[in-house]
Amino acid sequence: MTGAIWNLMLGLAWVLLSGDFSGLNMLVGVVFGYIALVLIEPQVDSLKGYPARVPRIIGFICFFIKELMQANLRVAFDVLTPPWHMQPGVIAFPLSARTEMEITMVASLISLTPGTLSLDVSDDRKVLYIHAMFLDDEDELRRSLKNMEHRALELFR
Amino acid sequence: MIEFIKGTLLIAGSLFMLLAAIGLLRLPDLLTRMHATTKAAALGVILIMLAAAMHFAEVGIVARSFAIIVFILMTAPVAAHVIGRAAYFVGSRLWSGTVKDELRPNYDPLTHELKSGLETHENAKRHPRETDPS
Repeated sequence: MTGAIWNLMLGLAWVLLSGDFSGLNMLVGVVFGYIALVLIEPQVDSLKGYPARVPRIIGFICFFIKELMQANLRVAFDVLTPPWHMQPGVIAFPLSARTEMEITMVASLISLTPGTLSLDVSDDRKVLYIHAMFLDDEDELRRSLKNMEHRALELFR
Repeated sequence: MIEFIKGTLLIAGSLFMLLAAIGLLRLPDLLTRMHATTKAAALGVILIMLAAAMHFAEVGIVARSFAIIVFILMTAPVAAHVIGRAAYFVGSRLWSGTVKDELRPNYDPLTHELKSGLETHENAKRHPRETDPS
């Protein structure tokens, strides 16, 4: 968090010093700020882990967009063709997320991908109940959900 | 080139919205309809906003369209979750082709407790939370 704030401050300083108030220049400033933070990371304790986190976040966004597109096309195909290929059902998905923030995050991500909709969390917060549209290959679905959860949790830990 | 990208984004966005509408009409029960409407419509809005940002390419408009994308991404799953959950617990009927339901046996309609099915004897007791009214 401190890393992100410092990065933004460095970006702002770049914009002020170069005198060009445009979004593109701000982006350039943030990139240079990031490079500076990478260089001083070993000497400053509060920056630990920030430089490694940024590529992970970008990678996660790309991965998520890919998932979103794939799943959307699959749902689109089933909506457009007359026979139903779908096999909907409610499955219990064991969570490895623990805090409220992490569970909210994982549940939202699962809701955002088409074909899965998070219904409820059990009272002891160990299991997320998910309504899934394509249960023809349940193991594969569970594996991809687990993979997504794992990647999302890595961003915070 | 940029014209081409903008056009593709706009057409794809409106196609996804059309798909959401068709899905709403065709799909058999509420929970599957939620799949079509919320996500396809959200993706459609996102693509159209990206096209708008590319078309105007001004700081104010780009910032606003990114704000719209962020808020759509934050609110759409919450709305879908709340509607789906309410519908499920109110007893909206699932489609006849539904293959399994692992929630129903763990839910107690009298006390509204939802078990996880992973309990041992110790943690099967209900733990009070700090948000509970005392």
